[in-house]
Amino acid sequence: MEATAAEAARTNGRPPEEEARDQSNLVTRLVRGVASQLQRRIPAADLDERDPDYIRENLPAAWLLSSLYFRGEVRGLGNIPEDGPVLLVGNHSGGNVTPDTTVFTLAYCAYFGVERPFYQLAHNLVLSMPGLSFLRKYGTVAASPANAQKALSAGAALLVYPGGDWEVHRPTLDRNRVDFNRRKGFIRLALEHDVPLVPVVSIGGQETALFLSRGDRLARLFGLDRMFRLKVLPISLALPWGLNIGDMLGHIPLPAKITIEVLPPIYLREEFGPEPDLDEVYDHVTRLMQDTLDAMAAERRLPVLG
Amino acid sequence: MRVAESIEVSAPPEVVWKVISDPTRYLHFLSGFTRWEVVSDEPGGCGARYKMLMRVGSAEVGGLIEVVEWVPNRELAWTSITGIDQRGRWRLRERPRDDGTVCTWVELRLTAGVAGSGLFGWLAEQFAAPTVRGHLRRSLQQLKRQVEHEELRARAAARRRARAAASS
Repeated sequence: MEATAAEAARTNGRPPEEEARDQSNLVTRLVRGVASQLQRRIPAADLDERDPDYIRENLPAAWLLSSLYFRGEVRGLGNIPEDGPVLLVGNHSGGNVTPDTTVFTLAYCAYFGVERPFYQLAHNLVLSMPGLSFLRKYGTVAASPANAQKALSAGAALLVYPGGDWEVHRPTLDRNRVDFNRRKGFIRLALEHDVPLVPVVSIGGQETALFLSRGDRLARLFGLDRMFRLKVLPISLALPWGLNIGDMLGHIPLPAKITIEVLPPIYLREEFGPEPDLDEVYDHVTRLMQDTLDAMAAERRLPVLG
Repeated sequence: MRVAESIEVSAPPEVVWKVISDPTRYLHFLSGFTRWEVVSDEPGGCGARYKMLMRVGSAEVGGLIEVVEWVPNRELAWTSITGIDQRGRWRLRERPRDDGTVCTWVELRLTAGVAGSGLFGWLAEQFAAPTVRGHLRRSLQQLKRQVEHEELRARAAARRRARAAASS
């Protein structure tokens, strides 16, 4: 009886259940506040922010990182149509530090020249992180249908990773698996703009840390999906943190060899008829990419070393 | 980065010039180059434009270039329009030999870099230079082999023709 009285006194006479609900609401409001702050930080799509001179001046630094640290190898760039809009569809690896994007962007810009417009879609959170604003100068825009449409309408090449955060944080055991989580928005985009779809397959990124789990249940439990569009709360062993939960601050990637292969373009309406079935196209593209990834995995003799 | 390599080819300058002034033959003897494509109306002469790429490390670098000097049998120089900053030059010089024949001293120069890239640019050039030098050296060796082989075949064909003419 004394304990109940003390409890009631501490909670200003309100029952403990009500107090717990208040605290829960407070946490929810706090998280929502942070989420809205972050959403506000996400820059509006402005394709003009891409700066060819900036990219050009930074090519040597990217070349050093790509050639010496990741021993990058990019094959088949000649498969990308010489001009006009094109949708490049890649499998994504490496957690929040994505070496495959660095290696591919360098190779693309060196091959076609920085003058050819090239944009990449990235998760909203990536662009709102402090210190990553330079990505916008490389042509990185927040992933949204509107931004994708703007880029393709401007006649640019657009790199998308349909697997997004789901694929990039897959466990290292599944490193040689293409996993778009049945996301088919990229097919709708290619059909809407009637642009060729070019698969870009990469290997090695998931060996830059030991990814243990996506933590998708944890993400659901904390409501990250609703608030930040995050389907995962990844758990990995990575430098310099050791146990790394969330990978929000990134990590130092191991120097895994990154190999990328660009496949021939797929002209959807030519190959699948005037009204292609999304499931059929999805299965075709992912199977093609998986077969290529299997072949690349067979070439690889040792993890990290390649 | 400034890289220059040279070689002596046992053929007169006109024969070497025939090969280096024909852009369609470049990919047959250039090592490490993945593209050399004519994009102007004229395939040769001052103002001719090519798209060229060379594999260095993890990237194929190069871009659009334009011929700025075209002196038959002596000099062919180009400069970049897009891509990395570069200037290249072929120099051919006739050298008499003690046995009365002539050979050609062939030099291939390449100056390349990215203006405004600072310390990383300098570092990248230092790391890339040995690869580029290797490409140029192998290219010259392949050019020498190709030209001398063609020269031998041409001489043999001339001898055969002369023999046939004498016998008839």
